[in-house]
Amino acid sequence: MPEALLFEKSRPGREGVSVPRCDVPQTSIPDSLRRSSLSLPEVSEVDVVRHYLRLSHLNYCVDEGLYPLGSCTMKYNPKVNEAVARLPGFARLHPLQDPSTAQGAMALLFGLQGMIAEIGGFHGVSLQPSAGAQGELTGILIMRAWHAARGDAKRNRILVPDSAHGTNPASTSMAGLAVVEIPSDRRGNVDLLRLRAQLDDRVAGLMLTNPNTLGLFEENLLEITRLVHEAGGLVYGDGANFNAILGVAKPGLMGIDVMHFNLHKTFSTPHGGGGPGSGAVGVVEALAEFLPGPLAARVAAGGEPRYEWRMPSRTIGRVKSFNGNFGVLVRAYTYIRMLGAEGLRAVAENAVLNANYLQARLKDIYPVPHGDRTCMHEFVAQGKIAGAPDIRALDISKRLIDLGFHPPTNYFPLIVPEALMIEPTETESRETLDSFIEAMRTIAREAVSDPALLHDAPHSSPVRRLDEVKAAKELKVTAG
Amino acid sequence: MSFIPNTDADRTAMLEAVGVGSVAELFHDVPAEYRFPRIDLPSPLSEQEVLSELDAMSGKNADCGAHPCFLGAGAYRHFIPSVVDFVIFRSEFATAYTPYQPEISQGTLQAIFEYQSMITRLTGMEVSNASHYDGATSTAEAVIMALNVAQGQKRRVILSAGVHPQYRAVVRTYTQGMNLELLGDDADSGVEELAGMCDSSTACVVVQNPDFFGRIIPPRSLAALAEKVHACGALLVAAVNPISLGLLVPPGDSGVDVAVGEGQALGNTLSFGGPYLGFFAFRREHVRKSSGRIAGETVDRSGRRGFVFTLSTREQHIRREKATSNICTNQSLNALAAAAYLALMGPRGLRKVAELCWHKAHYAAQRIAQLPGYKVHTGEFFNEFVLRCPVSADEINRRLFQRHGIIGGYDFSSEFPGRAREMLLCCTEMNSREEIDHLVTALSEVGNA
Repeated sequence: MPEALLFEKSRPGREGVSVPRCDVPQTSIPDSLRRSSLSLPEVSEVDVVRHYLRLSHLNYCVDEGLYPLGSCTMKYNPKVNEAVARLPGFARLHPLQDPSTAQGAMALLFGLQGMIAEIGGFHGVSLQPSAGAQGELTGILIMRAWHAARGDAKRNRILVPDSAHGTNPASTSMAGLAVVEIPSDRRGNVDLLRLRAQLDDRVAGLMLTNPNTLGLFEENLLEITRLVHEAGGLVYGDGANFNAILGVAKPGLMGIDVMHFNLHKTFSTPHGGGGPGSGAVGVVEALAEFLPGPLAARVAAGGEPRYEWRMPSRTIGRVKSFNGNFGVLVRAYTYIRMLGAEGLRAVAENAVLNANYLQARLKDIYPVPHGDRTCMHEFVAQGKIAGAPDIRALDISKRLIDLGFHPPTNYFPLIVPEALMIEPTETESRETLDSFIEAMRTIAREAVSDPALLHDAPHSSPVRRLDEVKAAKELKVTAG
Repeated sequence: MSFIPNTDADRTAMLEAVGVGSVAELFHDVPAEYRFPRIDLPSPLSEQEVLSELDAMSGKNADCGAHPCFLGAGAYRHFIPSVVDFVIFRSEFATAYTPYQPEISQGTLQAIFEYQSMITRLTGMEVSNASHYDGATSTAEAVIMALNVAQGQKRRVILSAGVHPQYRAVVRTYTQGMNLELLGDDADSGVEELAGMCDSSTACVVVQNPDFFGRIIPPRSLAALAEKVHACGALLVAAVNPISLGLLVPPGDSGVDVAVGEGQALGNTLSFGGPYLGFFAFRREHVRKSSGRIAGETVDRSGRRGFVFTLSTREQHIRREKATSNICTNQSLNALAAAAYLALMGPRGLRKVAELCWHKAHYAAQRIAQLPGYKVHTGEFFNEFVLRCPVSADEINRRLFQRHGIIGGYDFSSEFPGRAREMLLCCTEMNSREEIDHLVTALSEVGNA
């Protein structure tokens, strides 16, 4: 059932809150400052509760079932995280309080900086960036500032593999640097010859997603990082896919100079329908003083440790107001404390095992361009079915909705036609994976026997396929 | 506890299907010398233990629930109706991702559409995006949008010193590679001086209202500034306090082109600084130069109303290096809290809360102004005002907290060297008369040198 807009439910005079009476003498408010009207909805509390409850029923979520959205790491979000983030000493803490009155929060931030540095093999970590994309911008600005500090002003190019997320080139542009695209080779790795051809004294660095968006670990990783460093550049690691190697390898030891961690992917904080996230950034020692601040610092003070804010000496500046997405950081801290080192490694091992199991059982039905390789936490299949030439990845995705699953990421990475990028994560059971495999088999059969069923899918969702062209053309972006 | 359902038996069966002998073999592409390093972390904890540890850490913080608090300066303690937490606790909102599949994401999309609608009405603008990270990044994105509107032909950006210092810092961080001329905030300039800096090379002028020092720019002055800014072919960006808009003339009525700000005050907890949301609303003519997700209305195949993200050709996943911003998603759950808050408040509730902030802050200012040694800035303000203290603000705050358990105001010395004796004091509807009277008595006592 469609749900009316709040504005359509509005009735003059209806109220959803009771506001306390004024307990101080009133001071007149000049009429010249007062607005004449404000047309917000006028609804009761029960209207609001029912409205959002009904809206919630129109969503699919990971608490409902498998959400194999490649590169998004839709793992289960432990409920304890929510309880912890709402503790009054965290939720009611003002960001500008004197740190001496917030030592518990400061200790948590300091502890998390240290744990992420240890997990990633980095020297320093800033928890300031709000999301992966902001972590990327932060990292590129750090690289730019490092070259500038060495007086190397001509390095204005960033190399970006063609399999990269769109945020990589967009972040590079925002930092005022030029993007040079590097093709992938036949095995899905960065093409070393083409990389070498671009490595000159104009290169500020390379952005590398590893495992890459094909779900493959760069077979020449050490060679790549060595070449970039020899050419005077730095290597940025996009940590979007870090779940694959959590506890298995430390990027900071393998030549990655700066990397963002998506705490909302790897460290289990809920995606919230698109945010909030956190894009903490780790760096090697040479870059540590360029990090955005403030950072939590421990001051040696005899017995009890004391924590203060510290701005790195050559910081690129602030990337957000206040102290990072603290509520998200509390959740990530809780998760890491519960898992410990062996738990983190188990995450990667089971995430990779689950992905390889799916790949092994699906590759005889759907083409997997790199199916001869062991995948990491995800793999990319193609939405192509023998005997059903008109069926596209989109049709398969929409039919999956009818069969009770969130579809994989489709049409990305751009280098694989009809891409279906599948990431099961470690929190799914074998039975769930088997039921997904069965659904994919069913769809492959239906594609041949009844292609219209796929073209018209989804049939069971709250709405059918939506007209995106009309939305862009008519551009109705607010209620009437 | 790793939240992993696979058993040893499952793993054995799955490895067989994959055709490898062990899980470790799956990682053969990882360079052998770097595979399975030692990771030095504390031992894992059970849920019971982790709750106990985190509860203890939480308990080491003096929070604004347990202490009277007069801190604002960009993050505000307001009452949050219980319904807001009920809404954002729903798994369907909290554990979904950005609506890549609109058919099974209508809840999120409609909620964002309604959020956009409420933000445009609140600010008096025509279009709102689905939100940016916070007030600071919203401001930076507004500057970048103005540069895009000028098609890269204008390099001057005028920032008022009344804009939150951290917002100005983030604007500088974001634009450090863009070769801009950023000026205006080295001195406390009025609107006429800002207008005077505006020329044909200016992309935008950025002000804050009420400004960081609490001062209200009267609608007539703002409109006059807008006129001069527009005469130069530039945009006027205003960072505004959304609660104040329950009461005050909205920026859209004064000719502002882009209204941005920190949305935390709308139903989001303080949480030591995040996650918050940056609202971002603007005039329709600039929509194609704007950044961030935008939900739009459309129909499905059977003609039913539905919602999708639209104009994605502006965005990074389509346009890559030519995108209007690198932002990928939004602060969806925080925007949902803001929308639920605004729906509950309605026009009257929001006005009443804004009036309470006004009256309480003015009551506090009037009482404190009578104390010897203290001087209150005069002029129109909304919920916070500058207080000059007889000794350093740092000392006042320390004494307030140690002797009276009060969290005092924002100490200017942290970001404004030379203003060590000034603080910014804030009152909201959360400060009772009793608390304010307590503050006045305490200030009187701690003000002695």
